[in-house]
Amino acid sequence: MAIRSFLILFILFFFSSLNPILSLYEDQVGLVDWHQQYLGKVKQAVFHTHKTGRKRVVVSTEENVVASLDLRQGEIFWRHVLGSNDVIDGIDIALGKYVITLSSGGSILRAWNLPDGQMVWESSLRGPKHSKSLFLVRTNLKIEKDNIVIIFSNGRLNAVSCMDGEVLWEKDFEGESLKVQQVIQPPGSNLIYVVGFASSSLFEMYQINALNGELLKHESAAFSGGFLGEVSPVFSETVVALDSTGLILLTISFQNGKISFHQMPISNLVKDSFGPAKIIPSSVIGIFAIKMNAVTIVIRVKDESKLEVVEKTNHETSISDALSISEGQQAFALVQHASHEIHLRVKLAHNWDDNLLKESVKMDQHRGLVHKVYINNYIRTDKSYGFRALIVMEDHSLLLLQQGEIVWSREDGLASIIDVTTSELPVERDGVSVAKVEHNLFEWLKGHMLKLKGTLMLASPQDIAAIQSMRLKNSEKSKMTRDHNGFRKLLIVLTRAGKLFALHTGDGHIVWSHLLQSLQKSKVCQHPIGLNLYKWQVPHHHAMDENPSVLVIGKCGPSSDAPGALSFVDTYTGKELSSLSLVHSVAQVIPLPYTDSTEQCLHLLIDADKHAHLYPKTPEAISIFEREFSNIYWYSVEDDNGIIKGHALRGKCTGEVADEVCFDTRELWSIVFPSESEKIIATVTRKLNEVVHTQAKVIADQEVMYKYISRNLLFVATVALKGSVEIGSVTPEESWLVAYLIDTVTGRILHQVTHHGSQGPVHAVFSENWVVYHYFNLKAQRYEMSVIEIYDQSRADNKDVWKLVLGKHNLTSPISLYSRPDVITKSQSYFFTHSVKAIAVTSTTKGITSKQLLIGTIGDQVLALDKRFLDPRRTVNPTQAEKEEGIIPLTDPLPIIPQSYVTHALRVEGLRGIITVPAKLESTTLVFAHGVDLFFTQLAPSRTYDSLTDDFNYALLLITIVALLAAIFVTWTLSERKELQENWR
Amino acid sequence: MAPIARLLLLALLSTALTISSGSGDGYTINGRVKIPQGLGTKGFALPGKTSNVKVILNGGQIVTYLRPDGYFLFQNIPAGTHLIEVAAIGYFFSPVRVDVSARNPGKVQAALTENRRGLSELVLEPLRDEQYYEIREPFSIMSVVKSPMGLMVGFMLVVVFLMPKLVENMDPEEMRRAQEEMRNQGVPSLASLLPGGGRN
Repeated sequence: MAIRSFLILFILFFFSSLNPILSLYEDQVGLVDWHQQYLGKVKQAVFHTHKTGRKRVVVSTEENVVASLDLRQGEIFWRHVLGSNDVIDGIDIALGKYVITLSSGGSILRAWNLPDGQMVWESSLRGPKHSKSLFLVRTNLKIEKDNIVIIFSNGRLNAVSCMDGEVLWEKDFEGESLKVQQVIQPPGSNLIYVVGFASSSLFEMYQINALNGELLKHESAAFSGGFLGEVSPVFSETVVALDSTGLILLTISFQNGKISFHQMPISNLVKDSFGPAKIIPSSVIGIFAIKMNAVTIVIRVKDESKLEVVEKTNHETSISDALSISEGQQAFALVQHASHEIHLRVKLAHNWDDNLLKESVKMDQHRGLVHKVYINNYIRTDKSYGFRALIVMEDHSLLLLQQGEIVWSREDGLASIIDVTTSELPVERDGVSVAKVEHNLFEWLKGHMLKLKGTLMLASPQDIAAIQSMRLKNSEKSKMTRDHNGFRKLLIVLTRAGKLFALHTGDGHIVWSHLLQSLQKSKVCQHPIGLNLYKWQVPHHHAMDENPSVLVIGKCGPSSDAPGALSFVDTYTGKELSSLSLVHSVAQVIPLPYTDSTEQCLHLLIDADKHAHLYPKTPEAISIFEREFSNIYWYSVEDDNGIIKGHALRGKCTGEVADEVCFDTRELWSIVFPSESEKIIATVTRKLNEVVHTQAKVIADQEVMYKYISRNLLFVATVALKGSVEIGSVTPEESWLVAYLIDTVTGRILHQVTHHGSQGPVHAVFSENWVVYHYFNLKAQRYEMSVIEIYDQSRADNKDVWKLVLGKHNLTSPISLYSRPDVITKSQSYFFTHSVKAIAVTSTTKGITSKQLLIGTIGDQVLALDKRFLDPRRTVNPTQAEKEEGIIPLTDPLPIIPQSYVTHALRVEGLRGIITVPAKLESTTLVFAHGVDLFFTQLAPSRTYDSLTDDFNYALLLITIVALLAAIFVTWTLSERKELQENWR
Repeated sequence: MAPIARLLLLALLSTALTISSGSGDGYTINGRVKIPQGLGTKGFALPGKTSNVKVILNGGQIVTYLRPDGYFLFQNIPAGTHLIEVAAIGYFFSPVRVDVSARNPGKVQAALTENRRGLSELVLEPLRDEQYYEIREPFSIMSVVKSPMGLMVGFMLVVVFLMPKLVENMDPEEMRRAQEEMRNQGVPSLASLLPGGGRN
């Protein structure tokens, strides 16, 4: 074994010294990697379906994406992911060629060219006060071929030219307590109404000339009952609101500048009314909806004050915005949810009783409820109106319905991944279906002939295309069974919508998806939030027949003491095995390294009251746990107070209801950072499942250094309070960054280093005995990366081979909590060009292969950087021995080699996280990067030294063998003839 | 709002103006990204295609895009030293340090952080284009010869054709002695090792 690993190390060194960068040929794109583009949950959609040109729909999403989609297939024409704090407030299409977006709390207005997504103009809007109310009003007002768009934001009404983004006029609404509720622009007139509430009981109406912003009228009227929530416009000069109790509907009309109120108690309309109502805003003329508990009531407004209930339903209902289909006619859609189907109805606004369209569409239950609906019309061949509906589901997916069918669907929930884990695929057995590999011998021969042609550069362009498609379509990689090298796995991802997806690593297709019951809105849990995914059951040895499963942890609501929710999901079938609503909260989850007889992993859940709860709740788990009772330590970080605490278990819970799996905890130590000068901005620890191959490191002069490998090391970065703001607002003198290495069992600070004139954000990664972190150096005005390596010095003088062999090397130094561990650290800093969004490190099965850092840059690319570039032993002029060891001469900046971007020419837009998973093959690691996009690839940090690469030249091998054989026979005959001649002589 | 638009127009006309005090509470940084036509024509980014270029202030605080003419604009920027990065697939841009000073507005203070070169106006050009793929070398005899298989064949050829030559150059006396020795030891010849070679 030792010899083998030595050999591997040797080969590894040999190969890595040949070429330190990994690289990809252009024709290898898509062989082992895949890239998927998503949008996120659609917030607003605008159709663009003119007769000429392609039919598109422009959407804005909760991931700050603005995109133009092909209405026929749902493919992305273009897409822009705006900055993380540039939330899109509204979109519209203007002049038939520009997409207008309002973002950043109504302060930035941009226009994008509809065909190609090029930004045309950008303008910044500011107002006298910050307010939440924002409106983007589409108008048909024309001023010399130009359209204007009316925007209300931050207490100011702006009219902006669509041609160049110039503000034509502006009007401030500076009333102290004025809350603008609606901006109404009656079609066909040059008037704008701005309505809102001032103080709590005053209704204000402003009438403005849309052409020049002149205030024509200002009226206000008091209503003693006060107002609640939003208003819904029903006519151009009438709105509907609720009084402060939520029990009385108010129809407010302001025709001709005269404000009049009409009251209508909801109980008069609906007999069994219960509780306060909420208005669901809609833009349909004469119709609005209110919601009371789970009941939706659609109300029609006749004339000025007559209200009439037209529909009352218990089903979840969504109403689309109004769509004007012809002069004076408005259509709108209603979508209702019944268990397996959704019912879509399209009606004319003034004619409730007739349906223009009524369709039922079968819907996968795992898409949840319909959240939003947008409609668009087209003219059928028989000149009647047809409608298509774009619906947004609870799982954030986007579907287009037309003629009772789902035309296309997009799984846009995958744009907001919260957590990722992996699962093995089933073992290949007789019953398991296996894709056909090769059809017949002829096909196989043909394929290889093509490949041979390709290698000999004889292939024509068609042949090259055929070879390429053959390589990409390799059915081997998307098989549903485990493979020998461990490349095929399932990526289990949890999305913000509470849906679990299983993606195949081979080609990224969705194997199954499941909307989790425990993370659905219910009466007990109003705002469920998914938190984490853990491996629950990983069957390998004696539980081979069980399917692996994952544990999903969530909680109800954002507060820290919200009760938790658990789900257990089978990863082969995607079935939810069970779900639990917990009585306690979940502040921290500690996966313990123990498993029970069915290979279920023990997990410790710490609640907000510092009680520990053990799962699974079985007697067997408790007995295993009690054996390891005194070996369990953990830490908690309180960012706000700047405290890090260490904890251990004390005993069974006391006082409360006797619960077998509840344990009391005690605080062991705490580190309090001075709150007036330091603020915790990053904490990083080692990955729990990381494997370290060797503790010893042989350095150039035959010396051995021992890595200080402890699972209980924590890296903490703090910055000066002033430096915790963004770059650009602090001077180097008032900002510093301190990096600590803390032992989380004893609470001892092993190492501490201060970087003066530096600030965050800090991104760090911890692996083996080193930590690498990225921060900003204000003095140099550049980003820096530092490495700290920590070595165990207590064993430095302990290099007796015999002791090592006999296993006595550990016994020389006494192990005690009170003795300071004898460690030394080495560190070095380098410049790094880019801002960083995430850092990860490659991980392999046995930890033999050298490591690479995976750096997610601000440009949404992932750069692979060899760890050897971040070696504290680098010097400007390494000695010969050091060079042989592979130490690279020191340079200030870290090199950025374009070929070492693992995402090659692609972008993982909105990059948030990078996950690495070891394959079974030691040289290879699987990399999954997620953000708005998903990207997956295989990486071999030291090249694939343990298997033949994909481009291994079998033809050449064959030719060589044939040539050798031929040569043997030729020489044989030659030698025989010669021997015969010798004998004759 | 109007003064900003006017400033913008002004800036469009004269590229030298980089930082200007906008109306209200901040300053405006106005610059231009220029991608030379010659660079990066190898596949990914079409020359002059600027719709996917992002300009990033202070590591993601503000992200903006380029207008068709390559200009970009950051508004409402407080005084201080800021960092501008350009993210464009296919090109390597150096981050740029821009000083916005409250004392003398309008003064340009920008420098590339990679090579500390000062910029007289905020025109950002890529330092180099980035080639993400290895270029396949065309088929050559040398690459075949250098491969392990080629080396194997080469070695075999050396053994087959050069070894006899070496043997020939040997002293005939010594040769005979060696052959005798071999015969005594009974070392099988190459022929006898092969199937059917046992005839003689």
